[in-house]
Amino acid sequence: MSEIGTQSNPLRVAIVGAGPTGFYTAEHLFKQKEYVVQVDMFDRLPVPFGLVRYGVAPDHQKIKSVTAVYDRIAQNPGFRFFGNVQIGRDITVTELSRYYHQVVYTTGAQTDRQMNIPGEDLAGSLPATDFVAWYNGHPDFQDYDVDLSHENVAVVGVGNVAMDVARILCRTPEELATTDIADYALEKFRHSNVKNVYILGRRGPAQAAFTTPEIKELGEMEDTDAYVEPEEAALDELSEAALAANSDRATMKKVEVIQSYAGRPSTGKSRRLILRFLVSPVELFGNEDGQVVKMRLVKNKLYKTESGTLRPKATDEFEEIPVGLVFRAIGYRGVPIPGVPFYDSWGVILNREGRVIDPETQAPVTGQYTGGWIKRGPSGVIGTNKPDAQETVQNMLADVAAGQIMRPDHPEAEAAAAMIAEKQPDYFSYDDWLKLNELEIAKGKAQGRPRVKFTSVPEMLAAVGKS
Amino acid sequence: MKVRRILATKGMRVITIGPEKQIRDAVKLLARHNIGALVVVDDDERPVGILSERDVIRETAVNEQVFDLQVADLMTRDVITGTPQDDTYSLARTMTEHRFRHLPILEDGRLTGIVSIGDILKAERDQYRGEIDTLETQIMATDD
Repeated sequence: MSEIGTQSNPLRVAIVGAGPTGFYTAEHLFKQKEYVVQVDMFDRLPVPFGLVRYGVAPDHQKIKSVTAVYDRIAQNPGFRFFGNVQIGRDITVTELSRYYHQVVYTTGAQTDRQMNIPGEDLAGSLPATDFVAWYNGHPDFQDYDVDLSHENVAVVGVGNVAMDVARILCRTPEELATTDIADYALEKFRHSNVKNVYILGRRGPAQAAFTTPEIKELGEMEDTDAYVEPEEAALDELSEAALAANSDRATMKKVEVIQSYAGRPSTGKSRRLILRFLVSPVELFGNEDGQVVKMRLVKNKLYKTESGTLRPKATDEFEEIPVGLVFRAIGYRGVPIPGVPFYDSWGVILNREGRVIDPETQAPVTGQYTGGWIKRGPSGVIGTNKPDAQETVQNMLADVAAGQIMRPDHPEAEAAAAMIAEKQPDYFSYDDWLKLNELEIAKGKAQGRPRVKFTSVPEMLAAVGKS
Repeated sequence: MKVRRILATKGMRVITIGPEKQIRDAVKLLARHNIGALVVVDDDERPVGILSERDVIRETAVNEQVFDLQVADLMTRDVITGTPQDDTYSLARTMTEHRFRHLPILEDGRLTGIVSIGDILKAERDQYRGEIDTLETQIMATDD
């Protein structure tokens, strides 16, 4: 058999999922000099960039500028993009193995974790991820209905999704109008009645997952006052001791910003963002129409586990707050891909440093890899996926050297392209995306916005002349 | 960062050994899997101790018949365990304070992984590298 990874016989890799990790995986594959590599990247949506486009908040455009890096990666002659192609539906995992030496799954964490409390299914109790996808113009969510006529909203969780949701709810229409928020969402926010937004953390200020810039931003909004109860902003003895022992300056700074909101008098702004600590929702109550109207919270106390972590423990003190909307943002999990081993309780693909593992034998599945949130769970910032992808690529290259790769019947780029075109004639190429991108930017320019997004797949197809 | 994030890419496999096994078996396992410690489990797969390469080395210095000993003779019995929800930060501190390098992780009382100080350092390094990369990208974008 001739050697794989040469000019005449390139290593053919399929990357499933066009988010940050997909692009970093391609980048690491192109950067090494040992093998000639061709990458075909798939996404179930016509357009690339995953959560950078559909997760990162519209008022955080600077974070989205990372797509310039991905554009450069896509310019590599060995790179092709096939959008609007879902692996597991349009093309099976087995079919991929007939055309590629290696497959990498970088599909992210697409669903949310539940609170598992009574009343969670009431109308008005929603996963934050759907709301985020909706205001970001994700094609799956154009028909999503969220009722912003309520005055009191609770956001459960203190991670970056919780921060984004709370902040977007508190922005003025004018603040939002200069972003790339979906038009239909902007329209809805114009008529929002939201007055009080609660952010609920089950531990204290020192354990909150949000970063200092994120929390600082909450205090600098046009028409919203940030507020925290002084007794909840204060650190308990255990947190105080842990902080002093670590002299952890990042956390000290964060706590300082939180405490600067403590007991702040209202400045007359129309909305209030209330940070709550050491509370957990225990039940949601609805009215006769099944609409959530009230939330019961239990107050928590921190205790130290034997391994040193400070964990929340419920006390017997309860409190009720009126809420018409509840967004849960307490964790995310991946969605299994048919034919790929999955570790259900954590919502990740079963893997060892990026190599997909057979649950029976614990041995690596030849030619199958994973990266990003579907590999390690949702954690870190966009850039964290770079070292993550690097680890996977190192193992992929080691396996190529050891001859541990799939042996496809059709290892030719043309054969793969023909198969894809047959399975999904309406696939999007990277050039299609670039065309769409220009149209979006041009439309945005006219309105003083970074872009105006196409929000449905038929619209996207029509825009590049595919329907 | 949570311990879960580290365990997720370790294949959900823990290399274990019985307390009645000989040290020579333990050393072979350590070498074969290229690891620094074994979780010692009873017949019900419950952790009863941990045997680290250090435990073996220390004994080797004073006892040339070390390989004939049983795992139970050298293992550390009072094992501190963690859970996937633990913060890596506090775990690292606990390890430094108590001077050990491996910590078995239990989920619902079941052994689900083992985390080493090296694992934590690597995960934290990757996290910092990622944050620096993201910050740099944003700074560059501002200059456009």
